[in-house]
Amino acid sequence: MKFGIVVFPGSNCDEDMLYTLTAVMGQKAVKLWHKDHDLQGCDFIILPGGFSYGDYLRSGAIARFSPIMTEVSHHAQRGGYVMGICNGFQILVEAGLLEGALLRNHNQKYVCKNIFLKPAQTDSLPTKKLNPKNTYQIPIAHGEGRYYASAETLRKIEENGQVLFRYVSATGNADEASNPNGSLNNIAGISNIGKNVFGMMPHPERASDPILGNTDGKNILESLLS
Amino acid sequence: MKFLAKINVMPQKEILDPQGKAVMIGLKNLGVQSLHEVRIGKHIELEVDADSETQAQEKVDFACKNLLANLIMEDYFFELEKKG
Repeated sequence: MKFGIVVFPGSNCDEDMLYTLTAVMGQKAVKLWHKDHDLQGCDFIILPGGFSYGDYLRSGAIARFSPIMTEVSHHAQRGGYVMGICNGFQILVEAGLLEGALLRNHNQKYVCKNIFLKPAQTDSLPTKKLNPKNTYQIPIAHGEGRYYASAETLRKIEENGQVLFRYVSATGNADEASNPNGSLNNIAGISNIGKNVFGMMPHPERASDPILGNTDGKNILESLLS
Repeated sequence: MKFLAKINVMPQKEILDPQGKAVMIGLKNLGVQSLHEVRIGKHIELEVDADSETQAQEKVDFACKNLLANLIMEDYFFELEKKG
């Protein structure tokens, strides 16, 4: 599997992702400049975290029109894998590659802390290798991460098993106290109906190198290789 | 013809607006009475070259639907002014 990490103006997790995939996990990965039209034969496209275009207008709203997004959309439509993390997730919902929207956190705060995630199922690529009974400690860092969708869309993504992760307590309860941003149904990550496009607000790449003291995120990234 | 579009983008009524809530707290602290339900959106102005007002309307509407507003969470409305 060859990974391609798209660099937008204002991306700031591209280097972390590249380091994790190559130095920590021994995978092939390259950076892709947002103005290019060439995915360089990558099988798996990652839209990293950051503040693309300064988060102007709405997070992700302008980045979705970057030249490379045409190829990323085609790649997704052909069934190719695409994953957006944090700002990358915001770009994917703005691009319509994932359903719903990410609104300003309900608590009026930019939240930067470790949270616990629980996989909502284990039949999607990012959750395949995870234990559905376990919780995974992963950092979040965002001001606009409140997952929102119309009642109809929400019902559909729940029924289709498109929810990847929920925010939970250390013991695994998806309660209000463990919901850091007011997301509907504690949703932290979703997939499209085809289960080849993924988005999540938490940052697994920031919890993968043992030197950082937490490798829970590596489980999620390693699941992508299965 | 040149038109000036004055566009307002507002968070949908049923969606919690944390910015509005925070400003409401500020207004209370300011001591102004009888102010309720603060909601914060965006005001966007832009110029449009078009053959007619209808065409200008269509162009602005397209821009709103596809970039300036996200219809999952926001509503928009605008007015056009003929320039020059």
